[in-house]
Amino acid sequence: MTQAMDAPALVGRGNNDGAQLFRQWFEGLGEAADTGRPSAYVFVMGSLCELLRVFDLPVVFPEINSLQTAVRRVAHEYLNEAEDYGYSPDICGYVKADVAAQLRGGSLPMGKIPKPSIAVYTNACNTYIKWAEIWERMYRIPVATIDIPGTRAEGGQTWPGHPDFENDRMYVEAQLRELIPTLEHVSGMRFDVDRLREAMTHANTLARGWQQVLELNRSRPSVFNALTDGTIYLGVANGFRGAPEGAAYFTDLVEEMTYKAANGIGTLTDEQYRLSFVGVPCYPIFRRFSEMFTEQGGTFVTSTYLNFASGGANLGYEYDVRRPLESLAEGLLIGVRDAMDSMFHQTRVILNQLDPFGVDGVVYHPIKSCRTVSTGLADSRRALLAARDVPSLFIESDMMDRRVVSEAQLKNRIDAFFEGLASRRTQASARPADSHLPTGD
Amino acid sequence: VEPTHADSRFGSYLCSIVKTSLELALSDRVRMDLFVTHPICDAARNLAAVWGRNVPYPCEILYLPQNANARHAPVYLRGEYDRLRRTIERATGRTVTDADLVRSVRVFNENRALLRALYALRRESPWLLGAHEAYALVAVGGMIPREEHNALLRHVLPLLGDRQVPRQDKVRVVFEGGFCEQPPLDLLRAIARSCDVVDDDLLIGMRWILDEVPVNGDPLGALAHAYLERSSYSPVQRVQASGAQAAIVTAAKMCEPGLEEQVGYTRALEHAGVPFFVSEFEENMTSFEQLEVQLETFVENLLFD
Repeated sequence: MTQAMDAPALVGRGNNDGAQLFRQWFEGLGEAADTGRPSAYVFVMGSLCELLRVFDLPVVFPEINSLQTAVRRVAHEYLNEAEDYGYSPDICGYVKADVAAQLRGGSLPMGKIPKPSIAVYTNACNTYIKWAEIWERMYRIPVATIDIPGTRAEGGQTWPGHPDFENDRMYVEAQLRELIPTLEHVSGMRFDVDRLREAMTHANTLARGWQQVLELNRSRPSVFNALTDGTIYLGVANGFRGAPEGAAYFTDLVEEMTYKAANGIGTLTDEQYRLSFVGVPCYPIFRRFSEMFTEQGGTFVTSTYLNFASGGANLGYEYDVRRPLESLAEGLLIGVRDAMDSMFHQTRVILNQLDPFGVDGVVYHPIKSCRTVSTGLADSRRALLAARDVPSLFIESDMMDRRVVSEAQLKNRIDAFFEGLASRRTQASARPADSHLPTGD
Repeated sequence: VEPTHADSRFGSYLCSIVKTSLELALSDRVRMDLFVTHPICDAARNLAAVWGRNVPYPCEILYLPQNANARHAPVYLRGEYDRLRRTIERATGRTVTDADLVRSVRVFNENRALLRALYALRRESPWLLGAHEAYALVAVGGMIPREEHNALLRHVLPLLGDRQVPRQDKVRVVFEGGFCEQPPLDLLRAIARSCDVVDDDLLIGMRWILDEVPVNGDPLGALAHAYLERSSYSPVQRVQASGAQAAIVTAAKMCEPGLEEQVGYTRALEHAGVPFFVSEFEENMTSFEQLEVQLETFVENLLFD
């Protein structure tokens, strides 16, 4: 915890510090690229940063690099280059932007990234596996799939002690134990279990803080916008997992959000409607996409993105550092499984958030680029509406490819959604409290 | 199958097979007591969840290992098969014993042996049966009890060998890209007009295990070992093993893994000096003229090169 600060310095600190940490992170990656220092390529769902830090491997998150090209409005250049190389317009835009970045020698708008010395990834997204195979072919590097068995059927998760859970956990732990010698070889460093304990302790602080921050958004007005501010926090949660900077950041962020909640300080939006976001943000028009909601008084109080793209850190799972590898396997299994559940079985999660977070409407945003997130969203929405009378909006675009983002169409749909919300509120205030109207845009 | 019910359960930009599969259930064409999918792709992993929200019977994923190199993978997979055994016992209300499993393994061993014989015939005498004919013979096995499929193949295989068909001078090719969604039969017929398809990855799951699964000992352990250690391989190897002159590298429309692998496969084929023809298909496509003309041009280029 940092020393007490005055309110003006405290409010907005998370966003400023997050931006500063990002710059620091990319400077480090640029330095690694220039000096040829070994680095690890990882993904947001199960990055294993705790383990990689033991070997002083700088971590590169290609998903974050790719989305940054979209936010900076140059993604189309990268996508075109990868498509010229042979990749289909119908595959993941993140993959293509990364392929182009590799063809450019690691050059990105934020700086230069090092070539991978190893790729470590889970199966949380099948595309991770195909993606890593591209680096394997390009650079002849070792690639390590850490296979995490997910939930077999909705509501059918098993937990520590159950034979099926233990079958899964032992499989994950065995894979981690096999990974360690490869990491030793790539980094030239011996495995140090005490350094792992240290990184896991930092990850515990981060996960605890992340969970608290998400919960603090129950506050009215909401203390952060889960779509925009949340994405900044998410970047730190991924890039600095297992690092002291990450732990300190989330300790500070909890302090800031607690202060805001206690003092009724919300976001810059005049909060009229509290919304839940389901899917991946529209990065090619990130700011404008958010404004289409905030201009109408809508702020996102929850987002499934903050669950799955944090690799399940939202659960606040804390490792038992007395049994580090066993606990790392358990935490990885539970966290990544939850991340997958937030994509495949999210209806229950959304339903459970509606009342505690005072959600007025749910916005589904499936994207062309990502089947993992988007395949089941239409059905999930049907299930939500069958279970609960809550306004919802279903809009499709993309997280990378501006060719499939129609700003005018999005705005029309979003405006109509808010008209529905306003009308519903007016009608509700004119009716006895126990009557209901069906809705859905 | 038109996905009239299933369309509203899915977003855009998806392959056809997830929609038409669910349609079979929603339209009551296929009645089931249990649905099991596996994580072949991200759409398939979503499929169990979508299916489960729409039908009253259990729906789940069989989490096949995606890290086949892990030393612990066979142990894990044996446990996963055992979990599925318990699921099946609950769904059927009867115990599945090791003896039951061994009986089933014997049936499937015979089926795979017969399919290997069919594919050997294609490699050695491809003029005796076109790609579409061979495909029909294999595909029917997915629709009838495997014992009946075995009887059918036992009857048909000798007849095929005796078939009086003039030998034609066609290009020997391997067809890749049919590992999940299947191309329409007419597309295979169009290919067969200009090429002898000597190997393919169509319905690869039926031939995934390459030789006999041992029937002595623990059947689930034997199945796990066979799945991981005695299973199918890459298209470049398929080209080499079948003596093909070229490859047709297709992908189902909107199939993420297929489209991604297309790039890797074509680079590998390029490296190996194997000519290839790249295309996409959809199970419900009805027009093949353009593809046939392109393929004929490809074949002519090979013949006159």
